[in-house]
Amino acid sequence: MGKHIKTISGRTLQSTVRDGGCGECRTSCQSACKTSLTVGNQACNKKKTKNA
Amino acid sequence: MIHAYVFDETFIVLDVNSGSLHVVDEPAYNIIKALEIAHQEDVATRFVPVYGAETVKEVLAEAADLKSNGLLFAPDPRPHNFNNSNTDGAVKALCLHLAHDCNLRCRYCFASQGDYAGDRGLMSKEVGQAAIDFLMHASGNRKHVEVDFFGGEPLLNRPVMQDLVEYGRLRAGEAGKVIKFTLTTNAILLDAEVQRLILDNDLAVVLSVDGRPQVHDRMRPTPSGGSSYRRVMERCAEFVRLPFDKEYYIRGTFTRHNLDFAADVRHLAEAGFDHLSVEPVVAGAGMDYALREEDLPTIMDEYNKLTRYLLERHRQGRPVEFFHFNIDLDDGPCLAKRLTGCSAGTEYLAVAPTGEMYPCHQFVGRPDFQVGSVFNGVEKDTTNMFSQAHIYNKKACLKCWARFHCSGGCHANALAFNGDLLEPYKLGCELAKKRLECALYLKICTTA
Repeated sequence: MGKHIKTISGRTLQSTVRDGGCGECRTSCQSACKTSLTVGNQACNKKKTKNA
Repeated sequence: MIHAYVFDETFIVLDVNSGSLHVVDEPAYNIIKALEIAHQEDVATRFVPVYGAETVKEVLAEAADLKSNGLLFAPDPRPHNFNNSNTDGAVKALCLHLAHDCNLRCRYCFASQGDYAGDRGLMSKEVGQAAIDFLMHASGNRKHVEVDFFGGEPLLNRPVMQDLVEYGRLRAGEAGKVIKFTLTTNAILLDAEVQRLILDNDLAVVLSVDGRPQVHDRMRPTPSGGSSYRRVMERCAEFVRLPFDKEYYIRGTFTRHNLDFAADVRHLAEAGFDHLSVEPVVAGAGMDYALREEDLPTIMDEYNKLTRYLLERHRQGRPVEFFHFNIDLDDGPCLAKRLTGCSAGTEYLAVAPTGEMYPCHQFVGRPDFQVGSVFNGVEKDTTNMFSQAHIYNKKACLKCWARFHCSGGCHANALAFNGDLLEPYKLGCELAKKRLECALYLKICTTA
């Protein structure tokens, strides 16, 4: 951790390219009439299962 | 590309292409912003007189270190062979319109107060079961499948919903799949029997309440124009207080009539609900309740107030989960998911009561968008049209720092407002960006 810069999240999108794309996560409607989800606020289903 | 902003004296830098988030001090904030557009030597020359040589040297060294580790000024993460086609053609989620009818007459209802501008009607058991059969087949190798009970008001068709939960679990079990149900309801009919069904089958529930009584009743009256607030709140409270694990959101809509919507979130939180979602209405400019561009400063400020309130609750040990401010930086979705977006028209379809299928619930009742039926399967493939509507094909997204979080926004809104899937709904974009700023700030403040 630097003196001037504190990194909160060091996970990179690039690192998800290799093992992502399994298609098992929930769909994420973005219209206002359902409870719309900004895709980025989802959790990865693989990670959820691993952490459970 | 970076996005640097200040929220309540916290200096924040989001590295757009990696998704890395940094909290910085003021010198680092200004120096990193300058590094995006100028050479290091020029930046040093500019800031040494301001912050001193030692500080500038330290910041530049830290920034260089982050850059070499791919956490700052990271390159575009898009794989070289990316084309975003839904290669296996799987459909893994269905939105079942159990009822094109409703027991409320919400003024802002996108579904023409429940009937989708067509005949009022209920989905039959046969159509519902055919939809489940279609899903089991069309989901291919996907293990997790989803069914949303939607309407209108789906509880007007309770027997069919009960049957489909049972049938869906049976068919998923046979197919070795995991099925997840979600019920979106106005709660008027959420009685003990429905509560039992929800709890026994682990349904996720979205309960519609707009907030303060006058706000709720103005937009969500009964068919005779009366108040629905008291009944709805009683039903929701009864359900939420049940001593069992449950997955629920109290979901409200704010309009031009309640731009002070943080007060509605507060109202719901103080009523004992701790999973909340209050969202901006989407409506044509002709409607008195539609949000306008000129409302943006007020709405932005209201999101600031809401953020401070949620932080206060967190610090008091009474946290409230506000759906739009959820963000998982370490275990969030992969790049592929972020490029797929909402999956409408590809992995997600909506089913009308009579069995016709559409790209999503927003398209139901529009014959030009019908993709097939639960009996005949997909007859008109919209996969390509929707899967190609991703951030790399949207000019506005390519310039936007939030693109990997919102994934390009709602297709239906883009079409409704701009007549083009590739041109996002601008007002929605501005609000999404503001919510993301708030979410990141909250994440920083609540991360130990």
